[in-house]
Amino acid sequence: MSDQVGTPDAADGLTEESLAEGDAVSEGAMSERALPDSELVAQLVSSFEGITYDIRSYASSDATYTMLYVPVADWVAFATMARDIGFDTFIDLAAVDHFRDAPRFEVALNLLSMDTNERIVASTRVPYDHPVVPTLTGVFAGANFYEREAYDLIGIEFPGHPDLTRILLPDDWEGHPLRKDFAVGAIPVEFKAGSSDL
Amino acid sequence: MTDVHDTSDIDAGEDVLEEDAADGRDPENGQDAENGQDQANGEDTASVETERRHLHEVWVSGTEERFPFSAATNEGAQELLPREEDPALAIQAGVAVEDDYVTEPEVSDEERQIINMGPQHPSTHGVLRLQMELEGETIRRVKPIVGYLHTGMEKTAEVLNYAQGSTNVTRMDYLAPFHNELVYSLTVEQLLGIDVPERANAIRVLMTELNRVSSHLLWAATMGMDIGALSMMIYGWREREVCLDFFEKTTGLRMNHNYIRPGGVAADLPDGWEDDVDNLIDVVNEGVSEYEELLNENPIFLDRTMGVGVITPEECKQYGVTGPIARASGLAWDLRKAAPYSGIDQYEFDVPTGLHGDVHDRYLVRIAEIRESLRIVAQVKESMPRGDYRNPDPKVTPPPRKRIDESMEALIHHFKLFTEGIVVPPGTAYQSVEGPRGELGCYLVSKGGARPWRMHWRAPSFAAVQALPAMMTDSLVADVVAALASADPVLGDVDR
Repeated sequence: MSDQVGTPDAADGLTEESLAEGDAVSEGAMSERALPDSELVAQLVSSFEGITYDIRSYASSDATYTMLYVPVADWVAFATMARDIGFDTFIDLAAVDHFRDAPRFEVALNLLSMDTNERIVASTRVPYDHPVVPTLTGVFAGANFYEREAYDLIGIEFPGHPDLTRILLPDDWEGHPLRKDFAVGAIPVEFKAGSSDL
Repeated sequence: MTDVHDTSDIDAGEDVLEEDAADGRDPENGQDAENGQDQANGEDTASVETERRHLHEVWVSGTEERFPFSAATNEGAQELLPREEDPALAIQAGVAVEDDYVTEPEVSDEERQIINMGPQHPSTHGVLRLQMELEGETIRRVKPIVGYLHTGMEKTAEVLNYAQGSTNVTRMDYLAPFHNELVYSLTVEQLLGIDVPERANAIRVLMTELNRVSSHLLWAATMGMDIGALSMMIYGWREREVCLDFFEKTTGLRMNHNYIRPGGVAADLPDGWEDDVDNLIDVVNEGVSEYEELLNENPIFLDRTMGVGVITPEECKQYGVTGPIARASGLAWDLRKAAPYSGIDQYEFDVPTGLHGDVHDRYLVRIAEIRESLRIVAQVKESMPRGDYRNPDPKVTPPPRKRIDESMEALIHHFKLFTEGIVVPPGTAYQSVEGPRGELGCYLVSKGGARPWRMHWRAPSFAAVQALPAMMTDSLVADVVAALASADPVLGDVDR
């Protein structure tokens, strides 16, 4: 499913630094196909250090989308640039708990460019002891509810969010139920006596 | 005193008001139509009339200093209000409603009130609560409050295996169960890297497009009821019933079908399905024509929908609003064209768009979409391929019962599929389809094994509810119901 995998380091080509390191030469040799075909995604990948990408295709379709990994430090700058170069439709923001993997939490942003018919799913990872991702509400108004949902169900903090309260669960709920260490549980139901007679 | 004077002018009508003011500036030479007639009758009448007019004109704006006795009562400027700001005139012309809540630039806290609409309000189509800050009849701020129907279905999905998953997701957006099942199945198939046979694709397109029809029919029915066209509700339900009958015949259930599954569909189409589809297309097309006859030129319906609940294309993009709402705002975006799934690109259909982004354009777009979906259904019916309706991969599809008696392999596969389930390789996938309410997406994380690690649901209604303040702010409270109905949120989809 993954047609291409590249890193921006490799995409930068054979710079002097990469040539100086012996093991980087092989990566540099891949630089010809390291940048994606899409101009917009290539612009994003070449603008930030540490972005990796992966082009996927949908099931039963020829259409593709691009998965990106973005360091959390570049999160807001990345989203702002993506919006400005054409990925101006906010589609989704999902949070995932990769329990027992580090960094533990993932936040995935799904953006769409209606003009060029391209989609990116950009994700970032944050550790368990500091589950903080800067808010995107200043970039996309639609991030508001989705970040509240991620806070409510996974427990990721979004500093700068205008109203970071629980959205689906009651305000006095304890814990974040979509974390993997939150038991599925059940409300005990007290059945009426009398079945022994039957 | 000014008020009294205003009223008398208004009673005399707008033309007289202007002429009075003109006469006031030049009372000796001023002649209006009435006065001209009076003068023709004789001098006595004329002098009485002049006297009366002098008394009358004492209060006309800008004329006070011309009369000796006006100086004694001069209290400063006694200007008439500019006509467009005159509340009494506005009331008379019918552009303002006379009540206790005439909006003023500075509204004190006593006149500002917070009203909760829902969660038990019938027009909220579920358990949506809107907290509205009103200044008189005008909404200044809206806050949608959701979560009353939250049942933790994304958590439930993590304890069900992939074969059981579609029973769960079909209950999320209960008006578009086939779309839910389809996007879930496509996501799992994307991770598995498998395709489904052509016949399965055609059946999936057939069922999802019929589902779009039934969902839009229900929307037309409830929107009509919300706006006051009560008979619309009965008609919408009447045609939807034909769709649900076909669903029941095909899947066994009217809702929550669990029909589209990873690897294909659960069963082949029933005998005689072509006749049922033919009948359905005729009945629904005829019904939709009746709706148009009922509503399209209905002045009350037009007044309540045109220019109401407007949302711009830019706001749609910012809030992630897709589907008929975005198309009514002029965004020609349809995933069936942009990222066609299940071979839907081989059928001919158009994407209707609106211009104004108001409730009325959403109505037109949805009605047009019903017809387009029926066009697709007719084409699917003509070109339905023969063959299997499930992927033959034994790791995904259980073997037929007969094979279990004959083959050890089949027995093992059957046992593994029904004890462990479909094993999906690790990975992350996103897939989306064009649901009746917009982009319906599934973000699925697998760590290997037979159960999803995490399933995030991109619900179109969630984005639509979030965009409600953009539609409702600074509109009248009476338009809330129309705007809400046009957004078509399904709370099962919002809260999941």
